[in-house]
Amino acid sequence: MSDHDVILKLEDVSKVYSGTVAVKRANFEVRKGAVNVLVGENGAGKSTLMKIIAGVERPTAGRILLEGEDVSFSSSADAVNRGIGMVFQELNLFGNLTVAENIFATREITNRFRKIDRKQQERRAAQFLERLQAGIRPDMLVEDLRIGQQQLVEIAKAVSLDARILIMDEPTSALSSAEVEILFKVIADLKARGVAIVYISHRLEELIRIGDYITVLRDGHITGQEEMRNVDTRWIVRQMIGSDAKDFAKADGHVPGEEIFRTHDICLPRATGGLAVDHVSLSLRAGEILGIYGLMGAGRSELFDCIMGRHGQATGTIFIAGKQVKERDTTRRIRRGLALIPEDRQREGLVSILSVASNLTLASLSRFVRLFHIRGGPERLAVVQMVRELAIKVADPAQEVSSLSGGNQQKVVIGKALLTGPKVLLMDEPSRGIDVGAKADVFRTMRKLSRDGLGILFATSDLDEVMALSDRIAVMSNGKLTGMFDRAEATEAALVAASALGHGPVPHTEYTAHD
Amino acid sequence: MTDIPAKAAIPSASSGSLLLTLMKARTFIALIAVLVFFSIAAPNFLSTANLILMSKHVALNAFLAMGMTFVIITGGIDLSVGSIVGLCGMVAGYLVLNGIDLQIGYTIYFNVVEIALITLAVGILIGAVNGLLITRLNVAPFIATLGVLYVARGLALLSSDGRTFPNLVGKPELGTTGFGFLGAGRLLGLPVAIWILIVVALAAAYLAKYTPLGRHIFAVGGNERASRISGVRVNTVKMFVYMFSGFCAAIVGLIISSELMASHPATGESFELNAIAAAVLGGTSMSGGRGTIGGTIVGAFVIGILSDGLVMMGVSSFWQMVIKGLVIIVAVVVDQAQRRLQSRVRLMQMAKAG
Repeated sequence: MSDHDVILKLEDVSKVYSGTVAVKRANFEVRKGAVNVLVGENGAGKSTLMKIIAGVERPTAGRILLEGEDVSFSSSADAVNRGIGMVFQELNLFGNLTVAENIFATREITNRFRKIDRKQQERRAAQFLERLQAGIRPDMLVEDLRIGQQQLVEIAKAVSLDARILIMDEPTSALSSAEVEILFKVIADLKARGVAIVYISHRLEELIRIGDYITVLRDGHITGQEEMRNVDTRWIVRQMIGSDAKDFAKADGHVPGEEIFRTHDICLPRATGGLAVDHVSLSLRAGEILGIYGLMGAGRSELFDCIMGRHGQATGTIFIAGKQVKERDTTRRIRRGLALIPEDRQREGLVSILSVASNLTLASLSRFVRLFHIRGGPERLAVVQMVRELAIKVADPAQEVSSLSGGNQQKVVIGKALLTGPKVLLMDEPSRGIDVGAKADVFRTMRKLSRDGLGILFATSDLDEVMALSDRIAVMSNGKLTGMFDRAEATEAALVAASALGHGPVPHTEYTAHD
Repeated sequence: MTDIPAKAAIPSASSGSLLLTLMKARTFIALIAVLVFFSIAAPNFLSTANLILMSKHVALNAFLAMGMTFVIITGGIDLSVGSIVGLCGMVAGYLVLNGIDLQIGYTIYFNVVEIALITLAVGILIGAVNGLLITRLNVAPFIATLGVLYVARGLALLSSDGRTFPNLVGKPELGTTGFGFLGAGRLLGLPVAIWILIVVALAAAYLAKYTPLGRHIFAVGGNERASRISGVRVNTVKMFVYMFSGFCAAIVGLIISSELMASHPATGESFELNAIAAAVLGGTSMSGGRGTIGGTIVGAFVIGILSDGLVMMGVSSFWQMVIKGLVIIVAVVVDQAQRRLQSRVRLMQMAKAG
């Protein structure tokens, strides 16, 4: 279907992690001198597929053909030797080393005596940085750079590999629009030199602008492969989401009550300048589910952190049931009826070496205390009830929480929040990294809680989810609230458009999309 | 999962569980082993007099190790305890001998109970300094308590110009007599120090198991961020553990100067290392979140009995150090092996459950 040669081909590649299939029988072609775009929702398997190409992961089944030759990479160094470089989504840089040292990490330029030739390294690094016009000096420490600049260093590092195939996983997520422009110039330059580029991004406008070929992934399957000039945003969204509905609990048609929660003008300064949360005001009614849709880095998690009092430098006011919450620390805000289910279960949700029971009651111990003694009876009763209510699959609540599956761990985090008796529940990506069955349980629980009169704010970057579960949908982009839709009037295209406001170099008028 | 590997997993899982039980009880087994060994190898080892003497030695280390256990469970370390022992001993000695000169022609003398309370307060205060450095000024626990180690030791030496406060009998007319009771007194045949140890140990074990504060200590050590989000007051918890450690060190300072009826400013040097060793031997994990008071006490007994027994056998003190070091290393190696085995057994059980 094209005038570009295929350099790398995946045939029937599958990747299975303990219990979950991340990629199912994928066939994927990478073409020389072109930008091969890969899109899909979170958890669709994009990153896994790229890690297979970059030699970080080995496929469970299937073949990799590099220029027609059957290859298997034992490590990423192996892949690099074959001319495959990757810009990782999570920055893989050493903050305590200089830019030049980072660019040449593991392949240092040395002189005759095996001593690192610092001057030579810095001169070569400067050449690569020059092309990115970022104003980064090679002798600067990486930790002193803005995140966007760090991303550019990561890109310079990948470019310096002189790769034939260059994979970029969300390279623009932290770049300003000017930096994006420069990156696109570099990409055009690489293309002209015959480099095959694999480009992953959530930002559809970007993809349409620079992509030559597009591949869409959904739930580990490749659902569409096309030349970019034949497709439009709607096609992409359709392929990404598919027609088969997921198992969402149905709305029960209860009517939300009075306003239970309101934020006014919440701002959070970013360490690197600007605002991570930019004057966000919203209101939530009892029994209402308000979905907050946005891309990575849109400021959703930061907004939740501000509401929970995790940032001393945040400004703005919050109200619960009309009364201002003056308390500024997390402990007392929990007592006022706020509870957060954090995005990162392992780092922020659970104390993994404690038991299921201890985790469940960690935030609500004061409920079971007489004087200073934790009464075992009521505590055990509450644990057993919560385990039953949320259908947590655990043989014995005294078991370590780390022995549970991801979905059950997530239920423990939710149970912990519920035991505090919250009026407002903040859920940050509540379905991330859990299996389908547990997802359905989590969604059912959300419905039930809203019926019981809880106000629920939930942040997600999953369009499907936000459309199916929310009574209203707020969209955030770049720290700002860029849209507020009733369920009836919300369309996927409108959400996507609002989530891209303030991002990227292209004017958005092209797809303010009325479906 | 098919039937065959599941069946194969059952016997190996249960033999793993047996080994696991043995490993979990390793400190206790070690205690019994040293007791049996020395009662055969060292004459008079099991005599009542010797046992009481040994338990007094053990008690001193056990106090420090209990404070250290809480600190280590939160993921910290307290190097200053030895110096706090020294400084608190000097405070007590100074108060018995000199009282406080008010600079207006009067000097206040305190009775022994008041002196003990003031000394304990000093220990808690130094612990609070540790805690403030760590929670408010974000100094790493190792560095903060290392600094306080030097400062407290220096103050102890300054308090007497490096001399010993001798002969702390006190004067009846000033009401300062009776200081020797803590170190030499007995109740129901047991030394007072042992009674205090029993009371403090029970209180600490209760605190760890049945109070919110105890639960929070483990949570902070297991995952500080998650604890914070769950509303745990992390700074308060950390303040408490360092203050408790200081409190335990002050008790030791009091007991030692009471035993000797003298305060020497160099008392307690390198005690912190014995305390850390006892805690680690008792199963406290240096990475935080794991540990028990009971285990630590048993650990303190193993170390104490080991060194006293070796002395009684006439083993040179140089060899004693080598042996003590080896025991600590073996303890940690076994601990790591236990973790690995534990996770393997757990995976097998999960596989068995399907």
